[in-house]
Amino acid sequence: MSSSASSGVTPTEQAASPPPGAAPSEGHARTLRARRRREWSLAYLLLVPALLLFGVFSFYPFFRNFKLMLYETPPVPGVPAHYVGLHQIIPTVTSTQFTQSLVTTIVFVILVVPFSLLAGLALAVAAHRKLKGMAVYRMIFSSTVVSSVAVASVVFGTLLNPVVGLLPWLGISPSPPALESTTWALPSVAVITIWQFLGLSFIIMSAGLQSVPDELLEAARIDGAGAWTRFWRMTVPLLSPTIFFGVVVSTIYAFQAFGAVDILIGPQNTVRLHTNVLIYNIVNTLQISNNAGAAAIMATVLFLILLGLTILQLRFLERRVSYARG
Amino acid sequence: MAQVSFDAVTKRFGETTAVDGLTLKVADGELLVLLGSSGCGKTTALRLVAGLEEVTEGTVSIGDRVVNDVDPKDRDVAMVFQSYALYPHLTVGKNIEFPLRQRGVDKEERSTKVAKAAETLGLTELLGRKPAQLSGGQRQRVAVARAIVREPTVFLMDEPLSNLDAALRVQTRADIVELQARLRTTTLYVTHDQVEAMTMGHRIAVMSDGKLQQVAAPEDLYARPANAFVAHFLGSPGMNLVEGMLVESGSPGTLCVAFPGASVPLPPEVADAVRGSGPDVVLGFRPEALHLSPDGSIAATVVIVELLGAETHVICHTETGARIIVRQLASATKPSLGEGVRIAVDPDPCAYHLFDSGTGDRLGPSA
Repeated sequence: MSSSASSGVTPTEQAASPPPGAAPSEGHARTLRARRRREWSLAYLLLVPALLLFGVFSFYPFFRNFKLMLYETPPVPGVPAHYVGLHQIIPTVTSTQFTQSLVTTIVFVILVVPFSLLAGLALAVAAHRKLKGMAVYRMIFSSTVVSSVAVASVVFGTLLNPVVGLLPWLGISPSPPALESTTWALPSVAVITIWQFLGLSFIIMSAGLQSVPDELLEAARIDGAGAWTRFWRMTVPLLSPTIFFGVVVSTIYAFQAFGAVDILIGPQNTVRLHTNVLIYNIVNTLQISNNAGAAAIMATVLFLILLGLTILQLRFLERRVSYARG
Repeated sequence: MAQVSFDAVTKRFGETTAVDGLTLKVADGELLVLLGSSGCGKTTALRLVAGLEEVTEGTVSIGDRVVNDVDPKDRDVAMVFQSYALYPHLTVGKNIEFPLRQRGVDKEERSTKVAKAAETLGLTELLGRKPAQLSGGQRQRVAVARAIVREPTVFLMDEPLSNLDAALRVQTRADIVELQARLRTTTLYVTHDQVEAMTMGHRIAVMSDGKLQQVAAPEDLYARPANAFVAHFLGSPGMNLVEGMLVESGSPGTLCVAFPGASVPLPPEVADAVRGSGPDVVLGFRPEALHLSPDGSIAATVVIVELLGAETHVICHTETGARIIVRQLASATKPSLGEGVRIAVDPDPCAYHLFDSGTGDRLGPSA
C-alpha cells in the first residue's frame, strides 16, 4: 500500500514540472509549489492506515525487542526486571539450551529445504505439459498453500497415530510411535512442513519452468540431447535463479517453524525429543521460563540470520536478472 | 547429402489444419524457400522435417528413409531458429560444441571443428563470450555456426534474418547463400519476406492456408504465377487483378477482356491459349507492364501518387472501383490527384496473365 501511494504521486509531480529550458514566471512557480504540497499531503494521508498497522504490529514490537534485550527478568514472579545492558547476551547465546535449539533448527532446515524443493520441481516438471485436465492437477499440487498449519498438523497427527493412523494400517508400528521417538519426531514434523511448503515450491518451480523458452529445449533436442541431458544441462541451469530463490524462501520458512511442533509435540516434550526449534524455544523461554530478556536476545539472533539470508537473496537475484534474460 | 520429400503430408492441431496435403521435394543440395504469410503452415512444415511436430497423415522422408517416427536427434538435421535459441548459460564456444558433444565426438576433433566453424563465420574472437554479450548479428552467426559444425545432411532455417536490421539482413542473406553454395547442403528455408525468397532460393514454394500454391524457380514464379494468389502475393506491389469477361470483338478472331470502362485486347498468342475458357476471368498485369497513355485501353481515376525515389506508384481506380497500380519511372510526368487517365498495357504477350475467376487458376500455359 505504501509503495502504491507514493508511486501514484511521483508521475503526476513529474508531469506538473515545467519542461527543461522553459522559465516559469514567479506566479506560475508558486502555484506549482502549492500543488506539489497538496499532492504530498494527500500521499501521506493515504499512507496513514498502512503506517498505523505496521507501527502497531511490526515497528513497535521490533524496537521494543531491542529494549527487552537489555533487561534481566528474575526467575521469581513479581520482582521487576532490572537493567543489565549487554551483559546477558553472551551467557544466553552460549547456553546449551540455545545452541541445541540452533542445531535442531539447522537439522530441521536441512531436512525441509532440499526435499520440499526437489518434490516441488518434480511436480512442476510433471505438470509442465499441454494435456487436458492438467489444470486440475496444478490446482491440487498448489493447494497446500492455502492449508493452515493447525489443520495440516491434526491431519498428519492422525495419520501417524499409533492406533488409528495410516502407519499401523500399513503394518508399520514403530515403537515408540514416530511422534514420541527421539529419532523420528523431528523428521515427522519436517514431513508436515515439507508437505505444507510443497504448494509454494510447486508454484515457484512452475513459474521458473515457464520462463525457460521451449525453443531452447527444441534446439537441444535437435542437437542430440536426450530427455535426461536436456533436463540437467538446459532446464536446471536455466532454472538456477529460481532454485536459488526457492532455497532462500524455504530456508526462511523452515527457520520459522512453530505450529507443527506446538500441536504435535507440545511444550513438555520438545527438548527431550530434539524438536526444540528456535521459535519454539523463544516462546517457551518467554512463556514458561518467563525470561523476556533471553527470549528477546534469541529473537534477535534469528532476525539476524533471516536478514542475512534476505540480503543474500536480493544481491544474488539482482546479479542474475540480466543473465536469466540473456 | 540427401533430398527431403513431403508426400501428401497433413498436420492437424485439433480442429485446425496447419499443413494440408503437402507434396514437395527438396532436391539434394538445393536451397528451397518456403514462402508465405504468417500462419500459412510454412513453419509447421519445417518443424515436421525437424521432428518437433508429428505428422498426422502422409510421410516425410530424408534421403530414402521415412522419418515420421524418427527422433529429432536421429534425423541428422540442424535447425536455425528465428530467436536463434542460443543456450544462454553456455559460452559461444560451448554453444557451437554442444551438438558435437551430444554425439560423442572426441575432444580433439571437437575443438578442431569448433575452431573451423567459428572461423567460417568470423566468431573466433568471441568464443569465450556468453550470448547475452553479443549483438543480434553475432548471435545469428553463432546459431548458424552451431548448425554447420556437425555437417548435417539437411539445414532447416526458420526466418533466421527477421530479427536483424535492414542493412545487416542484406549482408547476412548473401553470406548464407554463399555458405550454402559452398557446403552444398540441402536447405529448407522459411520466410515471409519475398525479397529474401527471390534472392536466396533456387526454387520457391509458396504456401497459403496450409496448401502448396506453386513451386518454381524465382523468375518463373514471378513471370508465370500458377494462380491469382501467387500473382498477387509476389511483387511489391503485387500484380493488379481485375475481374472481366472474355469476349470476341472487333476484327474476327480477336479476343478482349471487357470490364466497365475498358476493353483490353489480348495479343494473338495469349488469345489462342485461352480461347474457349471463361467467359468470367481475372485479368492480371504487373505494375511495371502498365503506363499512362492517352490511347490506353483502360479508363481510370488517379487516387494516390506514391513517390519512392527511383520510381513512382500511381494508384488508380477503375469505374467499378477496382484498384490498378501503375509503376512509373521518376522521370515520367506525374498525374495529379483526381485526374482521369487512360492506362495502356505493354504489347508483350508476357505482360498478360489470365486466371479462372472461380478457381483462380492460371488459364493457358503455366510455369
